[in-house]
Amino acid sequence: MAAVAAVKPYEFEAADRLENFHGNQLLYIGWDQHLMFCAPFCFPLPPAMPFRAFVEQVLPGAFGYHPEFKQIDWSKAEWLASGQPFKPDWDKSLTDNGLAHKAVLRLRTPGLTGIKGSAT
Amino acid sequence: MDMPVAKKKLGLKERYALMTRGLDWQTTYQPMDKVFPFAKYEGIKIHDWDKWEDPFRLTMDAYWKYQAEKEKKLYAIIDAFAQNNGHLGVTDARYVNTLKLFLNGISPLEYMAHRGFAHVGRAFPGVGTRVACLMQSLDEIRHSQTQIHSMSNYNKYYNGMHSFPKMLQRVWYMSVPRSFFDDAVTAGPFEFMIAVGFSFEYVLTNLLFVPFVSGAAYNGDMGAMTFGFSAQSDEARHMTLGLEVIKFVLEQDPDNLPIVQRWIDKWTWRGYRVLTLVAMMMDYMLPKRVMSWKEAWEVYFEQNGGALFKDLARYGIRPPKWLDQIEFDKDHISHQAWSTLYQYGGASNFHTWMPSDEEMDWLSAKYPNTFDKFYRPRFEHWRDEQKKGNRFYNMTLPMLCQTCQIPMIFTEPGDPTQTCYRESTHKGMKYHFCSDGCKEIFDHEPEKYKQSWLPVHQIYQGNCFNPGVDPTAEGFKPLPVVLDYYGVGFGRDNLDFEGSEDQKNFAAWRGAATTNV
Ligand SMILES: [Fe+2]
Ligand SMILES: [Fe+2]
Repeated sequence: MAAVAAVKPYEFEAADRLENFHGNQLLYIGWDQHLMFCAPFCFPLPPAMPFRAFVEQVLPGAFGYHPEFKQIDWSKAEWLASGQPFKPDWDKSLTDNGLAHKAVLRLRTPGLTGIKGSAT
Repeated sequence: MDMPVAKKKLGLKERYALMTRGLDWQTTYQPMDKVFPFAKYEGIKIHDWDKWEDPFRLTMDAYWKYQAEKEKKLYAIIDAFAQNNGHLGVTDARYVNTLKLFLNGISPLEYMAHRGFAHVGRAFPGVGTRVACLMQSLDEIRHSQTQIHSMSNYNKYYNGMHSFPKMLQRVWYMSVPRSFFDDAVTAGPFEFMIAVGFSFEYVLTNLLFVPFVSGAAYNGDMGAMTFGFSAQSDEARHMTLGLEVIKFVLEQDPDNLPIVQRWIDKWTWRGYRVLTLVAMMMDYMLPKRVMSWKEAWEVYFEQNGGALFKDLARYGIRPPKWLDQIEFDKDHISHQAWSTLYQYGGASNFHTWMPSDEEMDWLSAKYPNTFDKFYRPRFEHWRDEQKKGNRFYNMTLPMLCQTCQIPMIFTEPGDPTQTCYRESTHKGMKYHFCSDGCKEIFDHEPEKYKQSWLPVHQIYQGNCFNPGVDPTAEGFKPLPVVLDYYGVGFGRDNLDFEGSEDQKNFAAWRGAATTNV
């Protein structure tokens, strides 16, 4: 990675460092093949939140508008973290699942292909 | 006896030499490098500033005269438009939303361009360049002012245009155009010239102004059309400056080529991303369409831009990177952007709507390979839900791209069903991007882009509330207080066009103007 060309030392803090989020960390999640939600979501969450609480309490408010959300068979759901296969332990915290600040998840629900199969 | 001597009239060339080049001098009390401290640090090597050519050879005195004439004509038309209730002549009140987009997102950038050109004009050691930049700086403040004056007429009657300077700083999607310009003005003077003077003013400007100005003409908006025409002769000068600067820099030293090429890659991509908003405007917001985004891209970029880059090949310049992706995406980005503004319509400062049947058919015809397959089902579903009283308002904040700051709405090159995710790790923290282009721009200058003011993250950090708001209070709801901070009146400035105050007022006023009720 290159440096910024500048007339004096160029060093700044990242705007989104963990300590700026009042004890929360950011977690992103997108639902593959469901582009009705135009972009993945961003949540500020306590690092100690169990993964189960994230799925059961946070996701319905975000994805619930989609008619296929109720049809998700969570035992068959697949997950990716930063693009790599990921097997969450539902009863462990985000941190103990290895999800650090600004981790990104992708949810895959085989068989559900969006409104009229259009990936919507 | 004194003989009266006839004053010799100076020719254009002589006049230019005296009144521009003749104004320069070498400093002696202070070294030139201290007087022009930004001239060298970017690595661009200039050996002879006098080689700078100015084809217009415009001098300041002629400039004032010329611009004053244009102002007189323009303001006469703006006054007539106001007196004749010109706003009631537009096709349909939905059209006014394109002006909201323009006034909030573009006019303040004209002002930023004014500041940027004033700054780089000061920074260049060559006097020809300095004067050309000074004129462009003045042009840009004029553009900003004439646009604000033309559109202030609409502000008297329609919502969402009441505090555009504040909105540019605060409203989430405005961070897209704002960060583009902030990025440019915080770069060095040469990068600014390639960014704004060349990439934006030369390569992409037609894609911004033709849609808005022709859009105004097609939709009966004389006011907005006129400021477009008034700016047009300036644009010709700006394009020449943009092209001149790139040729001059490349001719001065072979070491400049790789630096300039990287800037062209970066700024074409940055500019293209900002134009996503224009793509959406062309395909969805103009009641009477001019042409599709895809058609505009083909004419103004692929054909005109193609010729330009062929011309620049003799300097060793190749076309900008990521064009294959842009070409694939021209069938998608307008639909993806409108989907975004439609669903986040509870958090924006203009109205959105679902296209009518006839409009969807137009979209199918313009986008035969993609609209029916990927986007019609989405829109029909939303329209049906809206009819059932379940209009989609997405209330969860989206993930943004660290570089362009657009929500991560774009899809993989070649796969419109898959969101494109890219990430980098810098000093132990992850950063996320919408595309290879945005990732590469970050990777080159992570120290710069890690400072991005991303609206979603800023909301979560508690920086987007007015003083006195307590986010820890019982039952705290962020949306209303964030809108307060934006200056957006919920239900008046935003939500669906259907049922809006704008819609009702326009119908009533036009009715009063055209019938005897
Ligand atoms: Fe301008
Ligand atoms: Fe991006």
